[in-house]
Amino acid sequence: MRPAIVVTGISGNLGRTLAKLLHKSERIIGIDRRPFVGRPKDVEMYQLDLRKKKAEDVFRKNEIRAVIHMGIMHDPRMSEEEHHSFNVVGTTRLLEYCAKYGVKKVVFLSSANVYGPSPDNSNFLTEDAPLMASSRFSGVRDLIEVDMLAHGFFWRHPDINTVILRPVHIVGPTIRNAPSNYLRLRHPWTLAGFDPMVQLIHMEDVARAMVEALRPEPKGVYNVVGPGEVPLSSVLRELGHVSIPVPHPIARPVLSMLFKYRLANFPPPELDHIQFLCNVDGSRWRKELGWKPHHSMRDTIRSVIGE
Amino acid sequence: MFEQLGDKVRKQLKGWTEQMAGQERKDRLQALARTENEYGVDPFGFNLDFSLAAVAPLLWLYRHYHRVETFGLENLPPGRVLLVSNHSGQLPMDGAMIGVALMMEADPPRAIRSMVEKWVPTLPYISAFFARVGQIVGTPENCRRLLAAGEAILVFPEGTRGISKLWPQRYQLQDFGLGFMRLALETDTPIVPVAVIGAEEQAPALMDLKPLARLLGFPSFPITPTGVPIPLPTKYRLYFGEPMRFTGRADDEDSELDKKVRTVRAAIQAMIHQGLKERRSIFW
Repeated sequence: MRPAIVVTGISGNLGRTLAKLLHKSERIIGIDRRPFVGRPKDVEMYQLDLRKKKAEDVFRKNEIRAVIHMGIMHDPRMSEEEHHSFNVVGTTRLLEYCAKYGVKKVVFLSSANVYGPSPDNSNFLTEDAPLMASSRFSGVRDLIEVDMLAHGFFWRHPDINTVILRPVHIVGPTIRNAPSNYLRLRHPWTLAGFDPMVQLIHMEDVARAMVEALRPEPKGVYNVVGPGEVPLSSVLRELGHVSIPVPHPIARPVLSMLFKYRLANFPPPELDHIQFLCNVDGSRWRKELGWKPHHSMRDTIRSVIGE
Repeated sequence: MFEQLGDKVRKQLKGWTEQMAGQERKDRLQALARTENEYGVDPFGFNLDFSLAAVAPLLWLYRHYHRVETFGLENLPPGRVLLVSNHSGQLPMDGAMIGVALMMEADPPRAIRSMVEKWVPTLPYISAFFARVGQIVGTPENCRRLLAAGEAILVFPEGTRGISKLWPQRYQLQDFGLGFMRLALETDTPIVPVAVIGAEEQAPALMDLKPLARLLGFPSFPITPTGVPIPLPTKYRLYFGEPMRFTGRADDEDSELDKKVRTVRAAIQAMIHQGLKERRSIFW
């Protein structure tokens, strides 16, 4: 049997995009709690939880040459303990297996959100900027914790080429994260008088970035930027949405109430993303990998409504 | 509906700018467009179309209200440069007038970036407006990036100490921050000292209501003869000095940097004295 690549969180929409891109050239083993609908026949699938002992069997019984870890959950409705345990304990276990079974390459999908939007931010945050997201939004604490776990792993195991990717807001026709959901609203709220520059990346470009990261050379932390920066208002205009400008002092209390009564799915701290900057500098990734996204700005924006 | 209205207003304003600027200048202004994407903005959010529209009322103020005169604009070197100016007047009209001067009178025209306070991004409308006309939050990282791209940056090292000073302190330079010198040394950027005459009298502040300012999160809350700080039609004179070049280590002791900063400060102070001597009155 040839060496395989383990992909965690493969059953999500991004994971499936990645699997389609990779399965013809590589032997893929998927691990996910959810079933993989429409799985290509050559993808081996283990429907299990990374925290369970059984996950180790995958590493013991196969020769694994690389791991792509994207099995991070971010659901603001989930209980905090479950969230934390799944992400942090799951990642810790996975990294232990990687070290124990001599995996040579670990690609970890984090997010540019770990820096957090803030009025103090420079226009382009580099990879060494502090991860401040949780100072304003405690709900993202475990996303930062797993990023730092991966970072620690990178330093502790110099023989393993660990790559931590921090892509900007991922959008796509089937993606169900907060930015995509927001951009799909017919009458999205905006904060009156605020129009920050935003960065979006198409899910296919993120999948391509993960494939690129499997190359032997890259290691360390990389911001991954899509086709560029654009004002939020231009994005909404491109999508033909008519926004509702809400004064920011009342937006927060109103959204907290709506969220509490389950009338809105956005936790109030998400408002920071439509008020302040959280843009990153992706030049390191661009230069070292010769990276260029395939999707143009217009394509990327329109992809959220499936065009 | 608002968007269409906004577009219409913007178009009209832009037409006004072009009319005031004249045909030849209009063509040259188009060359200011930095690498823009299909949505008309550069990576920092600068939008030429928006800026040309926004400049119309400022250009009117420049020509007919403050009747700005400039001296020494030919001193401006091409490429990256730090313009260091005195700061006053409660409202940043000095920054706006320097910006208009560089756009309308410099040869070739330049669109400057000024470094704004970190509280600006928390202000509705103002934050969006400032970003579209090319103003940036004054972090060293932003400054470095723009200088590397060959841009002209305007710095007020007096900061809020300058803009909110009271009437008796007019034309007395407040303490300078050292940050701009560090960046100039690090990036080997020439410094052009700028003196603004006229701004210090535009809104004489008799007192500063500090508790109210703290409450509102403003740097100061000035009380002027008109109540609110509406600029008076004082005559503006802008002096641009010879570029100053410094060598040394960017991470030197503060005392070493301070010596260099003091030369810049002295150059500005000298131009202020000259400017005050040359003018006939506050309004003429």
